Amino acid sequence: MSRIEGGLIDRSRSLGFTFDGKRLKGHPGDTLASALLANGVRLVGRSFKYHRPRGILSAGSEEPNALVELGTGARREPNTRATVVELFDGLAASSQNRWPALGFDALAVNDMLAPFLTAGFYYKTFMWPKSFWETVYEPAIRRAAGLGRLSMQPDPDAYDKGFLHCDLLVIGGGPAGLAAALTAGRAGARVILADEDFRLGGRLLAETHPLDDAPATDWVAAVEAELASLPNVRVLSRTTVFGAFDHGIYGAVQRVADHLPDPGAQVRQSLWRITARRAVLAAGATERHIPFADNDRPGIMLAGAMRAYANRWAVTPLTRPGQRVAVFANNDDGHRTAIDLVARGVNVLAVIDPRPDAPRLGEYQLFAAAQVTGARGRLGLSSIEVTHADGRAHWLEVSALGVSGGWNPNLHLASHHRGRPVWSEGHKAFLPGPDGPAGLSVAGAAAGQGTTHAALTGGARAAQGALADLGIAAALPALPAAEDRPAIPTPFWHVKGRGRAWVDFQNDVTVKDIALSRRENMTSVEHMKRWTTLGMATDQGKTANVTALAVMSELTGKAIPQTGTTIFRPPYTPVSLGVLGGGDTGPHFRPRRLTPTHAWAKAQGAVFVEVGQWMRAQYFPRPGETHWRQSVDREVTATRAGVGLCDVTTLGKIDVQGRDAAAFLDRIYANTMSTLAVGRVRYGVMLREDGIAYDDGTCARLAEDHFVVTTTTANAGLVYRNMEFARQCLWPDLDVQLISTTDAWAQISVAGPRARDLLARIVDGADLSNASFPFMACAELTVCGGLRARLFRISFSGELAYEIAVPARYGNALMARMIEAGADLGATPYGTEALGVLRIEKGHAAGNEINGQTTAQMLGLGKMVSTKKDAIGAVMSRREGLAADTRRLVGLVPVDPAERVVAGSHLFAEGAAQRTETDQGWITSACFSPHLGTHIGLGFLVDGAGRTGEVVIAANPVEGMAVRLRVVSPHFVDPEGGRLRD
Amino acid sequence: MLIPHPLLGPRDAQEFTYLGDASLIDRPDGMADGAEAAFCDYVYLRDNPAGVHRELWFHEFGDRSWLVVTRNTVTHEILGAELAADVARRGR
Amino acid sequence: MRFSGFRIIAEALTGQKGWRPLWRDPDPQPAYDIVIVGGGGHGLATAYYLATVFRQARIAVLEKGWLGSGNIGRNTTIIRSNYLLPGNEPFYEFSMKLWEGLEQELNFNAMVSQRGILNLCHTDAQRDAYRRRGNAMILAGADAELLGPDQVRAMYPFLNFGNARFPIKGGLLQRRAGTARHDGVAWGYARGADLRGVDLIQNCEVTGFRIEGGRVRGVETSRGYIAAGKVGVAVAGSSSRVMAQAGMRLPIESHALQAFVSEGLKRSIDGVITFGAGHFYISQSDKGGLVFGGDIDGYNSYAQRGNLPVIEDVAEGGMALMPALGRARVLRIWGGIMDMSMDGSPIIDRTSVEGLYLNAGWCYGGFKATPASGYAFAHLIATGTPHPTATAYRLDRFARGHLIDEKGAGAQPNLH
Repeated sequence: MSRIEGGLIDRSRSLGFTFDGKRLKGHPGDTLASALLANGVRLVGRSFKYHRPRGILSAGSEEPNALVELGTGARREPNTRATVVELFDGLAASSQNRWPALGFDALAVNDMLAPFLTAGFYYKTFMWPKSFWETVYEPAIRRAAGLGRLSMQPDPDAYDKGFLHCDLLVIGGGPAGLAAALTAGRAGARVILADEDFRLGGRLLAETHPLDDAPATDWVAAVEAELASLPNVRVLSRTTVFGAFDHGIYGAVQRVADHLPDPGAQVRQSLWRITARRAVLAAGATERHIPFADNDRPGIMLAGAMRAYANRWAVTPLTRPGQRVAVFANNDDGHRTAIDLVARGVNVLAVIDPRPDAPRLGEYQLFAAAQVTGARGRLGLSSIEVTHADGRAHWLEVSALGVSGGWNPNLHLASHHRGRPVWSEGHKAFLPGPDGPAGLSVAGAAAGQGTTHAALTGGARAAQGALADLGIAAALPALPAAEDRPAIPTPFWHVKGRGRAWVDFQNDVTVKDIALSRRENMTSVEHMKRWTTLGMATDQGKTANVTALAVMSELTGKAIPQTGTTIFRPPYTPVSLGVLGGGDTGPHFRPRRLTPTHAWAKAQGAVFVEVGQWMRAQYFPRPGETHWRQSVDREVTATRAGVGLCDVTTLGKIDVQGRDAAAFLDRIYANTMSTLAVGRVRYGVMLREDGIAYDDGTCARLAEDHFVVTTTTANAGLVYRNMEFARQCLWPDLDVQLISTTDAWAQISVAGPRARDLLARIVDGADLSNASFPFMACAELTVCGGLRARLFRISFSGELAYEIAVPARYGNALMARMIEAGADLGATPYGTEALGVLRIEKGHAAGNEINGQTTAQMLGLGKMVSTKKDAIGAVMSRREGLAADTRRLVGLVPVDPAERVVAGSHLFAEGAAQRTETDQGWITSACFSPHLGTHIGLGFLVDGAGRTGEVVIAANPVEGMAVRLRVVSPHFVDPEGGRLRD
Repeated sequence: MLIPHPLLGPRDAQEFTYLGDASLIDRPDGMADGAEAAFCDYVYLRDNPAGVHRELWFHEFGDRSWLVVTRNTVTHEILGAELAADVARRGR
Repeated sequence: MRFSGFRIIAEALTGQKGWRPLWRDPDPQPAYDIVIVGGGGHGLATAYYLATVFRQARIAVLEKGWLGSGNIGRNTTIIRSNYLLPGNEPFYEFSMKLWEGLEQELNFNAMVSQRGILNLCHTDAQRDAYRRRGNAMILAGADAELLGPDQVRAMYPFLNFGNARFPIKGGLLQRRAGTARHDGVAWGYARGADLRGVDLIQNCEVTGFRIEGGRVRGVETSRGYIAAGKVGVAVAGSSSRVMAQAGMRLPIESHALQAFVSEGLKRSIDGVITFGAGHFYISQSDKGGLVFGGDIDGYNSYAQRGNLPVIEDVAEGGMALMPALGRARVLRIWGGIMDMSMDGSPIIDRTSVEGLYLNAGWCYGGFKATPASGYAFAHLIATGTPHPTATAYRLDRFARGHLIDEKGAGAQPNLH
């Protein structure tokens, strides 16, 4: 069969795997591709558009054809390149994009229809009748489109992220990369060597050239051992550096457990963010093919890949004894495939080389000045047509063909910062340009250093140069003697002829498509790519782009550099979303902040709700309560009748201290704070510099030079940031210091007519009478026998109310103590729902009203914006457009008390047509008010100040509702404010 | 990106919050005549250069200093960073 | 040449010899009545409507690179009219109506696909805000539906319902929203404009404006001076740079927005879904790639590329919303330069220079606006008055305080 002698596989062990359900065997060291070839499997996949039968083209991550679904169930991974999958016992792979079977695919009919499906055809049709695009054509296209299938089940595996730092990152573990890592490692630099393969050595593993007269793998093993012994070197195998980002940061994915049947307790993959002071890109090169008619037959592969399969994996693409191979190459390197195969006893029929002066470098038949002009064998190559310079053509029976059109340096990362590669006429290839990422140098085949000798010395010198930049002296290591025969291809880019010659295999882009693109004036490289979809397949044009550019250059008669260049974007090879997301998924998507009373609330059976990152108690259901409204109504009623307690720690708290603290706050708040007496609290509103209201809260003066500012929960971080901006950037000469103390203090609201009675049982010896501790008083005192606390007499509910703050760690105990101490007073915990009802009943604005689009004036706070001082936002709040806005916050009650008031409804004058132009406002907040026994709402209404008593329509067409509402004062409860002052 | 913090050395840009052009330091006097026009320019208009840009970054998940970072908006190369308070005190 | 299925069959049978260039490559004339600077979607659409609806002649579009090389060539292809504010919603609904007849209008299949956009909500306050927005949409003649969590689950059972940090509480659905093939839109307008005599001039960069007596006389370009009666600038991403040549500072910052496409997958997601608790949205192209994106990188940039933190943030959002994405792979990441305006809304207006018009500030929402933006800009240039749906997009709205701030984020472009 196709397994031959030698290779870097462990024949002492067998690994069982399946392909399309068929049980097959391979060995450790195999890839899925090499194991498939060893089992005589040549047909592996289907192309995207024409569903052409496809085999294995390459031996690396550039593979466009041999894509499989790997794994089963929720672990099924579509579009996996068989060429890079490390074989393991129990591996299950399936072919994809075929129905009903790989060998017989119904959609291969597309291939017969190919003349109708040329580049861009879909832009020109499917337009009649109009409705058919979305009802007939597009659904059919979407059913057929795509390659592999996503499982649509949650990914069961874990992923992780980490940060690494080094002096030198070496990308690629071939001869250049190993020499670079060795040079830097010996110099004592911190080195990371990342290689995408599971075995170090790169192209050295695929070639037979000796190093110092010994097998190259000996040298690789020695270097690997030395690197492993150096504590300053970290070798990351199975790791792809996929992107070069700013300031020496590289993204890399390590496939930790992809080669294991089950990851077990390990993560499947890790994302490394590597910060490297310098980097050497030694990613090698990718071989080009040469398009000719039907060059996509299974069995036709890159010559270098064929050589790699023979030398490293000891397989050929042949399926039966007696079958023969041929090689089609425009350069000497391709001939090496023939030499190596002959040496391994494979029957090489001929090397076909378009160069008239092509050398014969080994024991094989050479057809110089000849071309391959056709191929037969739908499911596997059976013969090729060779055409000679004189036009004579004949068919040769071969079962495999290696094709070499020269090599393209893998310069991708060097163009990730949009630096353009430059065309080298000497190399007949694009080389990395001068404006690559800072700190990144390129070595080895990636830099056009095409021989083993050049790669070794190039890698060592690149490392030496990079370290010299860092002031680290590195000696060049003694490198082994190596072959040094460059193989520059002749500029023979494709075989002309009548048949279809594939340029981009996966997306089925042929030379004819490029010609059509030219005819339709889609000649700029970007237009050509977009018109034909060339280079958009999963290999990102690694095997297609340069060839396509050369073909277009021939068609337009312009030189390649004038035709265009092609740059690459990250990622170098596709990266799973799982690893990019890391562990921050599911319940761990964002941190969970818990309030100080969380444990107590949980023990009470509270229902929690997400408020930003906080989890807050939403309500506290009691036995027998089956609907949240029952609990909330009870909590509201209990608070207004007795006393309710609510954890309000999440409100932002900012400590402001310093000689100029008062002056500073005058500039932060729209209203004046410097006149506030010590021991008093004032309500304040903050504007953005554009004059819009953005936060409100209280400001307490604990001492002449000490204030405590509270903010809304949502804006705690933003207000602090803005205050620091004002302090550092606007008024750096003010003597003021800020610190956020949100998490330092547990704060509990105590509200209701019995609040004072309850607090009297908690507070140590203080006089809380109205006379000595009136509304808007504050004090530092102790509670529960000596515990440091702050007490603020402020009210969000409209009741007699306080907020008491203690060091955060005592919050849980304080809540429990107060509930216990107030049992006879009816002390009831309430959650955010009741908090919302209480504040709507009182007409206090919250996030729904202060939403970044409203002014102080709209909120009814316009008079607070002082004109006597310069505060942030004051000037801009007076602009004509804001000043002339007549919308005001109003209260709304249903005319029919049985009706609901729904937030998000729009307000219209009764009888008016309902459309954008007649829109008069909207309802911001609504709830059922236990106090009034009806639904109530707050909203903004045009000319709202003068419309009390008027009936308006609340239109909610998205839910098919319209309700008549009466405009009332927004203060539904105790509008005179007597209760909170009692 | 890495921000070269003048006190803390190179820090990952993820520790910072970005505000915008460093001209935001030059806040007009709100009590002066013609303040509204000056504020309209200050709040809304930007040079937005393709090239060297002085800009404000807040070390929110760090030491909470505001920095003025000089950075090229085409290459993202950072040419320097200093404490915004220092810049503000010397009047840019 | 008229495109049709019959033409494709005829060409297939005659060796594809009859296809003609989609547009000419003319050399610039010394003078035009109207010069549009910028051969992206908005510029090409403007030229198209100037030549068709507004019957203008002697029009050129000047493009510094290749046609469609701006943000029309690098976006996530979403079309929708699900805005809140009266300054925006009627305009985007006008755009949606133009999308709905675009292929027939242009004789070019731009693959407008009304597969629906679902904005998910995760809190009660968010649902209230979506109700307000959905109502605003309906009041402007658009369509909107408010879905409960069960309806969302029935539509997209693979979203994270069981194990989410921020549970899905419902969503706002606009069924007429969807996607369009972005390049096809640019090419369709370009071909339509070319057919009506508009000169589309590629590789022609504007390097200056000739302004005399407060009036624009023409533009200096990399291919020489071109005189013009009127000049319309539609160069989102580069607006500040270009308008600086006319001595103007704009309420705009340039920011990088990254977008992502996965490898081709069999049909997985029918419509467009946006996450309400993080920066992530996703759809699937007709080719099978999952197209998704998130927030801008957040700092001023002209680099057309971004950095890892946002890439990771987008992936976190995707995984949090749809845990099956773990085994889908990101194939390509690209970056575009956004004209981030100071209130998150665009500008279509005259300028202080007579005859010089500006179309700018589209933030990352310009694609869906392409037809209406072109139409409204053409209306303004041809008639001197703003189109009825675009009256709010004035340059002086910032100074006057008539902002159109959908997010309520204020004068900080990276928050919009």
